[in-house]
Amino acid sequence: MYAYDSYDQTLVTERVEQFREQVTRRLAGQIGEEEFKPLRLMNGLYLQLHAYMLRIAIPYGTLNTAQVRKLAHIARRYDRGYGHFTTRQNIQFNWIKLSDAPDILAELAEVEMHAIQTSGNCIRNVTADHFAGVAADEIEDPRIWCEIIRQWSTFHPEFSFLPRKFKIAVTGAPHDRAAVKVHDIGLLMHRNAAGEIGFEVVVGGGQGRTPMVGVTIREFLPKQHLLSYLEAILRVYNLLGRRDNLYKSRIKILVAAVGASKFAEMVEAEWANLKDGELTLPAAEIARIEAAFAPPVYDPADPFPPEVIAKRAQSKEFARWMRSNVAAHRQPGYAIVTLSLKPAGGTPGDATAGQMEAIADLADAHSLGEVRVSHIQNLVLPHVKRSDLPQLWEALKALDLATPNIGLVGDIIACPGLDYCSLANARSIPLAQQLSTRFADPERQQRIGELAIKISGCINACGHHHVGHIGILGVDKKGEEFYQVTLGGSADENASLGDIVGPAFAADQVVDAVEQVVETYLGIRQDTERFIDTYRRVGIAPFKEKLYAAH
Amino acid sequence: MPLIKQGRIVADPFQPVADGAALPGEGPILIGLARWQEERGLIAPRNTAIGVRLKPAEDVGQLAGDLDRLALVALEFPKFNDGRAFSQARLLRQRYGYKGEIRATGRVLRDQLLFMHRSGFDAYEVGEEITPEILAAAIASFSVVYQPAADGRPTANALRHRLSANQPLAGEHDLPRVGCTCAQ
Amino acid sequence: MAEQMVTANRLADGAVVFLAADGSWVERLPAGQVVPESEAAAQLKRAEAATRTEVVGPYLIDVGPGADGGIVALRYRERIRAEGPSVAWLVDGRTEAS
Repeated sequence: MYAYDSYDQTLVTERVEQFREQVTRRLAGQIGEEEFKPLRLMNGLYLQLHAYMLRIAIPYGTLNTAQVRKLAHIARRYDRGYGHFTTRQNIQFNWIKLSDAPDILAELAEVEMHAIQTSGNCIRNVTADHFAGVAADEIEDPRIWCEIIRQWSTFHPEFSFLPRKFKIAVTGAPHDRAAVKVHDIGLLMHRNAAGEIGFEVVVGGGQGRTPMVGVTIREFLPKQHLLSYLEAILRVYNLLGRRDNLYKSRIKILVAAVGASKFAEMVEAEWANLKDGELTLPAAEIARIEAAFAPPVYDPADPFPPEVIAKRAQSKEFARWMRSNVAAHRQPGYAIVTLSLKPAGGTPGDATAGQMEAIADLADAHSLGEVRVSHIQNLVLPHVKRSDLPQLWEALKALDLATPNIGLVGDIIACPGLDYCSLANARSIPLAQQLSTRFADPERQQRIGELAIKISGCINACGHHHVGHIGILGVDKKGEEFYQVTLGGSADENASLGDIVGPAFAADQVVDAVEQVVETYLGIRQDTERFIDTYRRVGIAPFKEKLYAAH
Repeated sequence: MPLIKQGRIVADPFQPVADGAALPGEGPILIGLARWQEERGLIAPRNTAIGVRLKPAEDVGQLAGDLDRLALVALEFPKFNDGRAFSQARLLRQRYGYKGEIRATGRVLRDQLLFMHRSGFDAYEVGEEITPEILAAAIASFSVVYQPAADGRPTANALRHRLSANQPLAGEHDLPRVGCTCAQ
Repeated sequence: MAEQMVTANRLADGAVVFLAADGSWVERLPAGQVVPESEAAAQLKRAEAATRTEVVGPYLIDVGPGADGGIVALRYRERIRAEGPSVAWLVDGRTEAS
């Protein structure tokens, strides 16, 4: 993974000093909250329901073990012993003191981490496929480009006061695990007819109040033009995005308002002035970053280790875990292991300091010192020798990180919701807990198959409910929590937004409703049809009928 | 409001003229874009410096042909989080090669000064809490920048790879291309 | 008649606090000063004078008698804010805290 050189480190260190000075001024009353708030936000410090929440950037979801240990330390020393991994591959701590924030950022800087631009109307953390660099189907490691974009976007003088926040995601594989089509800019890496690798540029995706799937404004952008092209898009957005209405300020609104082809024309016209100019990356710099992401040297490893074969035969539990939580690796003899942060009845995405420390140890022993964060709020060990799987599984079980539910109905995304977030209208976590408890039986989960439930506690959709196979939006109806269910959303390369199935359900009815949806699906699916495929085949009617039959 | 230019508080020589108001008999004037466009024939020949005020929604390109005649372009931050003027300033400096004064007006926050400087502003209409010393400190607050901008500061990449103007930019012959037979 | 109370977050540590009768900020809602709606605006003004260095973002909440007779926030969101998350979180040793 990328390691800071002195330039990167200087920037982060100076930022810490700048923020420390700003906090000192604030605490002394020399500046008020109105002036301080944007500064605080640009360092990822929110004032939430109970306390300050710090959102720490995890660029493209990649961590080394020193970083994981530092996060555990921060949880212990400055927070209440746990952290929460988010749908943008970041981590949040919920109980931070403003007076500690400069020290926390200083500690993070020691391990090349920061909270820069994790909030505010600027370019946010650039996210990627959590299997980057190791997925069997990958064309190129997208993190090379995420790191290039990260540097270009950090303290960008022109784009730090955009109409609204700006989110970019990159996938290097045809199967999109990074939900790029519901980002402000999604970049998909492709090979063209000449065999060159470049980017398909998708703009204007997003969730929230007006969910939209992004549109392709350029089919193929050669790599060396990436930054000049992004600059063109951002400049058009900065100048023309709406600033009069908070709910109409994202780039998706601009793209929809002028139309995709007109928007593409505007970008191309601006780009014509920038192309081949000062933003063209020096070849040496591309090579430097590519080298940082070069595949590790893998020890030769047996693709069919006898200990795995034996364990699979002997333990149904282990076999089940392998089926759901272990994915194919491009290197023979290796595997990608997902650590489920979704134990039945637990809070999706939370990990304790102790778990983080243990994960760091396991990553050192079994994953070449590397951990990933997925936007589905799980963690990944990306370089595991298959022969290590039985031992690793036992260790993960002891840590409650081996629930065999990845991609299954128990692998629920839930935003923090009204329990933590000052924007929320309803709670999400208790609902996630009830659902994961209802569907706890691992054999039942496997029988149901691939099914993504995503829960948001308000219209801002941090829980990605619009792209859930089953999406749930918590709403407030006269002081009571109700839950609106959508069906048929999808976050991958065939992105789609869910359809509202009918009137919202009361809190004590929604779990039954979800179960009815699942049972309805099981009753009508053909062969091994996944839920999303059944839904696309039969439409909403059968589900609507079953859910609202009594009404 | 104090005007800071070239590291000092200076008197503002420009008289701001509201859209409907009569022009003063003589002396530098600062007028809105629409007025400049309507009355250019009358105003340009005057023997004095002319400044134009742009609103954030106005297109900088409309001044492109007039920049030689303009000593000042004043850009506005009506709210501190309205960042359009950053783009306007960069376009003036880098697209249109404007060499005159680019002035920041409106809500100018201390913690935006570095971004303003990098975007091409060189004069700042500020509240009293911002002094020339604070401005200088803000501009110096980071010793590394990642992106090229209007201030011409060498970027981290330029320093990393010790680029000079003579070195080729990455283009067709720098990146490996399948089937390329050029000698590289 | 509705009763209200001023709440805010403490600047330095972000803790949820309530304005008490003596002008201090307390962490427990029942110790905060209940004011009738007619005096709420004035109460909020008192609070705003403190915002430079003590608290951030004071606002008014509706309060009333709770099930056990003590004072509680009426809106569910404000009850969560006053009492903490409705869900326990995991800490090491697999015990849960709240």
